[in-house]
Amino acid sequence: MGRILLVGRLALRDLRRRPVEAALLLLAVLAATTTLTLGLVLRDSAAAPYENTRALTAGPDVVMSARTTGQLAAYGDAAGVTARSGPFPVATSTLATAGQTVDVLVIGRDTVDAPVDRPQVTDGGWVRDGGMVVEAAFATAYGLTAGDQVTLGGRAFEVAGVAVTAASAPFPATTCLGEIPCLHGVAPAGADLPPGMLRNPGLVWLTSADAGRLGVVSYVLNLRLEDPDLAATFIGSPDAPRVALSTEIRTDATEVAGDSQILLMIGAWLLGLLAVASLSVLVGGRMAEQTRRVGLLKAVGGTPGVVAAVLLTEYLLVALVAAAAGLGIGAFTAPLLADAGAGLLGSAGTPALSIPVIGTVTGVALAVAVLATAVPAWRAARSSTVAALADAARPPRRSGWLIQASARLPVPLLLSLRVTARRPRRALLAVAGIAVTVGGVYVALILDGFLSKPFAAGYTVAQVETLRRVLLLWTVILLVLAGVNAIVITLATVLDNRHTAALARALGATPRDVTAALSGAQILPALAGAVLGIFPGGYLLFEAIMGITGGDGDRATPPSAWQLITVVVMTALIVAALTAIPAHLGAHRPVTDSLRAETA
Amino acid sequence: MSTTTGTSLVRASGLRKEYGRGTGLLRAVDGVDLDVERGETVAVMGPSGCGKSTLLHLLGGLDRPSGGEVWLDGARIDGLGEKALARLRRSAVGFVFQSFHLMEELTAVENVELSALLAGRSPRESRRRAAELLDRVGLGSRAGALPSELSGGQRQRVAVARALVNEPAVVLADEPTGNLDSVATLDVLQLFDDLHRAGQTLIIVTHDARIAATADRLLTMRDGVIVDETRLTGGSTGRLGALAGLED
Repeated sequence: MGRILLVGRLALRDLRRRPVEAALLLLAVLAATTTLTLGLVLRDSAAAPYENTRALTAGPDVVMSARTTGQLAAYGDAAGVTARSGPFPVATSTLATAGQTVDVLVIGRDTVDAPVDRPQVTDGGWVRDGGMVVEAAFATAYGLTAGDQVTLGGRAFEVAGVAVTAASAPFPATTCLGEIPCLHGVAPAGADLPPGMLRNPGLVWLTSADAGRLGVVSYVLNLRLEDPDLAATFIGSPDAPRVALSTEIRTDATEVAGDSQILLMIGAWLLGLLAVASLSVLVGGRMAEQTRRVGLLKAVGGTPGVVAAVLLTEYLLVALVAAAAGLGIGAFTAPLLADAGAGLLGSAGTPALSIPVIGTVTGVALAVAVLATAVPAWRAARSSTVAALADAARPPRRSGWLIQASARLPVPLLLSLRVTARRPRRALLAVAGIAVTVGGVYVALILDGFLSKPFAAGYTVAQVETLRRVLLLWTVILLVLAGVNAIVITLATVLDNRHTAALARALGATPRDVTAALSGAQILPALAGAVLGIFPGGYLLFEAIMGITGGDGDRATPPSAWQLITVVVMTALIVAALTAIPAHLGAHRPVTDSLRAETA
Repeated sequence: MSTTTGTSLVRASGLRKEYGRGTGLLRAVDGVDLDVERGETVAVMGPSGCGKSTLLHLLGGLDRPSGGEVWLDGARIDGLGEKALARLRRSAVGFVFQSFHLMEELTAVENVELSALLAGRSPRESRRRAAELLDRVGLGSRAGALPSELSGGQRQRVAVARALVNEPAVVLADEPTGNLDSVATLDVLQLFDDLHRAGQTLIIVTHDARIAATADRLLTMRDGVIVDETRLTGGSTGRLGALAGLED
């Protein structure tokens, strides 16, 4: 009990004594836990709006379509069918509004009342002669509201209303019906498309008579089944009607939420990696500061286990707070990224935090802390007590070839190279941190360019906005964390090199030389990280995203050469700016203080 | 752990500590033999770098010898593992350092109870014992103060209280007045005088002849070797402060 109290007290007091470092630690883990929470919450809640819509509109288990009603006749009364609506006639046409034309699927339906698929009117009323009802996401995409005038197949119609259905995925993923060829997204360049193929069609309802005047090409039948699994038995011979299962419609309907979730999960992994890099450096720096504290704990009887526990507990506490805060912030902000869109009822805006989500986020936060802390904590715990009490500087690694190679360089560059080589693990972490960030930026540039093309990815403007919000969140958090990382690494380097810097100054180097050296020691790895972040980092990351989402990477345009050069140059400049102040402070520390600390 | 039936509380035999190798070999402690009786106060003097602090570290299990034996309270400790040495330090040895080595984030009473909590005492008992010791060293009213709010002498008294919290067999003090002014030095001298009278075994490394004069025995080291040993008469009976010329 006493030891637990002691470990907790020492951990809390040390965190309180160094609030800035504690805040940086928290920020690093918080970025990963928030993004991970968003990803997991969105995964859990992605299907909620569709299921809500299905319940409110008596959505079908199966949507069958065929060229003739005869082909459908047998299915309406088939064993296991508990309810049905239709067959309804289906036509195709082109809708013109405000100078724009768009292909549409037209369903002839005189009344909304039916045992299955009762579209819910959200604006205006149901169809009448000369009056159409427009599927809600389609209406939103083209700015249509009740009372608007449009042209359909050359005939003037009034928009009688706007409605939501679960029998089709919302625009632009509108579920294609019957034998009507249909394309979502952009046709590959030079593709020979069959005549009559609909491109990104919307869905509208007319009276049966109005639909008939457009030329019926198919019929649609909506079924509810005793056991939804029976739907698979309806998929039979080539002559059998075409079948769309509610599960397929749901997948199409929730595509944006799914894609957002995938982006967030990948972001969470990137941020998790970056958090490990940040924490490793921060912990390494703090351990250097805590050398004497470790020595004292050991001198008064702390076993290596107790010392390691004291050091680890600090970071585990931070991880727990970051997990709790990340869960809260993630759940709170999920609605901003989980807009269900106009085509579905309800929203994914109120996702609950499930036990698995809480467990996963907390587990990842603790894992990040342990990964970054375990080795330095154990190393500190096993260190010599006498050396720790004396707070002796760690001897630098000596690389003969580097000393020889750098001997003729200008003083700042010479010192930079030697400072970098002194702690190769830290340099590697710096390279990895920048590479992860630049890799993320590379992918963000590609995806942003991809989303800029209308319908390129089969998204509406609103959906593109949602995905862009996710990308922006991703990028901002990555950049902030990378900035924190750069500052942390510089602080650790300054601390670690206090004796060397003091010696260099005692031997004639100016504070400016030392500032340039300490800053340069961050810029060299940053440049390497930026280049590696583009290739292979960003390239592989993009391929991974395409592999997971099933996307077609060939349709995306890689960033231009000038964009990539800008990224590399900006990375170096930003790192230089961020590290300038800590480097300046480190270089201007009184020489005697540093040298006295070494001999104390 | 081997045991011995001898009367020495602390015993070193052929003790060596070496750093480096080949032509760079440095013998910080070179074949030291030493016996310290229970209740005895031994002062160790010598020029800087002669190995006296290293000897203290070896006797207290802070560092491992390159050769020879160290016995503490009848048990051989030079071959103990890190964990066993830590347990030994918390139960049988109390350290007082020149630069105090207090936890800056803990109050005086929390610093004192640190070793007690490490030793597995209950929080209540540890606090009671720490408060008693702070009273004993004259800092009862400063129990809640952080080290940064205490003078050098007060900090060292807190460090002494911490060294005593687990009733150690021996207190090892490394230049305990090295960072103190004359008044604070007097405070600490009086504290050690009290300990001496109470029968506490003390080994004090010092540069200060005034402190050395208060001991039962004075050892002089040079180049890692004890070159002189003087048994002093007044150490165990006189007023330390008076002997040191700091009070009437």
